[in-house]
Amino acid sequence: MSTFDWVIQLIYVLAASCFVLGLHLMNTPATARRGNQVSTAGMTAAIAATFAIVIHGNQITATGWVVMLAGALVGGAAGLYSARKVQMTAMPQLVSMFNAVGGGAAALVGLHDYIRAGTSVSATTSVTTLLDVIIGGVTFSGSLIAAGKLQGVITSAPVAFPGARLVNSVLALIAVGFGAYLIASPSAALLTVVIVASLIFGVSMVMPIGGADMPVVISLLNAFTGTAVAMAGFVIGNWAMIIAGALVGASGGILTKLMADAMNRSIRNIIVGGFGTGDAVAAVAGPGGSVHSIAADDAAIQLAYAAKVIIVPGYGLAAAQAQHEVATLAEILESRGVEVSYAIHPVAGRMPGHMNVLLAEANVPYPQLKEMDEINPEFARADVALVIGANDVTNPAARRPGTAISGMPILNVDQAKSIIVIKRSMGHGYAGIDNELYVNPKTSMYFADAKKALAEMASAVKTLVG
Amino acid sequence: MPYPALLVDITIFVLSLWVGFEVISKVPATLHTPLMSAANSIHGIVLAGAMLIAVTANNAIGYVIAFLAAALAAANVVGGYAVTGRMLKMFRKRPAVATAGEPAAVSPPANAAKPGSSAVAANGSGSKGRSA
Repeated sequence: MSTFDWVIQLIYVLAASCFVLGLHLMNTPATARRGNQVSTAGMTAAIAATFAIVIHGNQITATGWVVMLAGALVGGAAGLYSARKVQMTAMPQLVSMFNAVGGGAAALVGLHDYIRAGTSVSATTSVTTLLDVIIGGVTFSGSLIAAGKLQGVITSAPVAFPGARLVNSVLALIAVGFGAYLIASPSAALLTVVIVASLIFGVSMVMPIGGADMPVVISLLNAFTGTAVAMAGFVIGNWAMIIAGALVGASGGILTKLMADAMNRSIRNIIVGGFGTGDAVAAVAGPGGSVHSIAADDAAIQLAYAAKVIIVPGYGLAAAQAQHEVATLAEILESRGVEVSYAIHPVAGRMPGHMNVLLAEANVPYPQLKEMDEINPEFARADVALVIGANDVTNPAARRPGTAISGMPILNVDQAKSIIVIKRSMGHGYAGIDNELYVNPKTSMYFADAKKALAEMASAVKTLVG
Repeated sequence: MPYPALLVDITIFVLSLWVGFEVISKVPATLHTPLMSAANSIHGIVLAGAMLIAVTANNAIGYVIAFLAAALAAANVVGGYAVTGRMLKMFRKRPAVATAGEPAAVSPPANAAKPGSSAVAANGSGSKGRSA
């Protein structure tokens, strides 16, 4: 091994250390920015080292230079543009797009290496290449569909067609069967068939999954992307790619597990297709017991004269893009001396942690954003719990066995002295069951779009008691 | 005797997975979106792979693949880091002073409106947002 190779490998180790350190620094909001900077520095070093390899090898053709630089320039500009312009509410789509491009690039790297090697490819390389192109292909098309669903370009309702499971099985069979054959006798044409099957599989895997399950799907696809990149690293023998891919795979895996647990569903259940979708506004069918609604003025008085208010934002707040309105109302209350905090359930929003980003964008200081375990004991001391577009995660039925959400971790909203729920209708959450919180005698319902309701309450507080 | 390359690769992969699990399980839920975005930027390392395949490309198919791979990977890495940085910049410990309009319109605090609220108010406006 030459001195040059030594130096390159050491830079790769340094870069990998920066990635780990960068992720480690994300354990508190105070150090997270530095974490991102450390990670960026590591990435810059790794790319610079790779650049040095390209120059040092002196093998690349002039056309090779042109396509590499042009590609990087076009892609980099597109990435930078979308990163600068994206709305925080659209973050899940963008993350999904980055999953797609990462998985796609990983698959292309594997494909190119395979074509170049011709028939001389070894069995082990065949296996890693297959894993790379299959996982990368599924991630690419699956993430594009997920992004389309989140953006609303594709319906977010589960799209199932008769025989979908059969088609999936056939596709999986093609990928595995041809794959096994490829290990014995390499063929670029057959590999292309496997890639096409993977691409279709990605589409048919994500299409039947409903909008409310997107936090799990994005996390899972994130894990896939990482794994695909690691496999591409195996194929071309690049340790930096193996380490980085494994880190992302671990991250995506953990988030997938956390999201699935918080929704009380198994990953298999979500992929195979389960019960309903959070986007469906169910028919009236109210829960047994009486529901009483409240006017903006009464809600405003309750809030304004409370000592402690806990705001429970849910999917409905994200969908109505009402994060700025809720922050304004909270600021008004705080200026009156009310102690305001936010109870964030793990699956609030459309991807893991999405609600926190939306509220941070609306200028809510992060110490007010409380995680479920931290805030739950505080509900008993709260004068008012203001629930905005959250449903299943507040349903006390989860504490009893025998319901669709039994065992799901919930926010102890029902322990607050009084509860105000802002909701468009009595429609069900994605679990499709009645929410017992709404018929609690302490609960008042305010039926309106979250954005409008919060603006009305804020102005009512100002006029009545301001 | 040198170990086979695949064995070394598997060792690195498995150990990195464990390091990932260990480090990432400590990230609070508040930061899960930036975390996923940061993970996204890290898998942008695939750009290194895209650059390396451009070295060996020598026909039309090879060039097309190399171009696409470089474009996708560059979008991934540049966009990933930029958007993560943008998100993390929004996480503030205290509300920013320069929020136009609304907050200014409602101050000064109307503590007097509620008897007995001053203690809460002092607590609320004094330590809140800094203590947790």
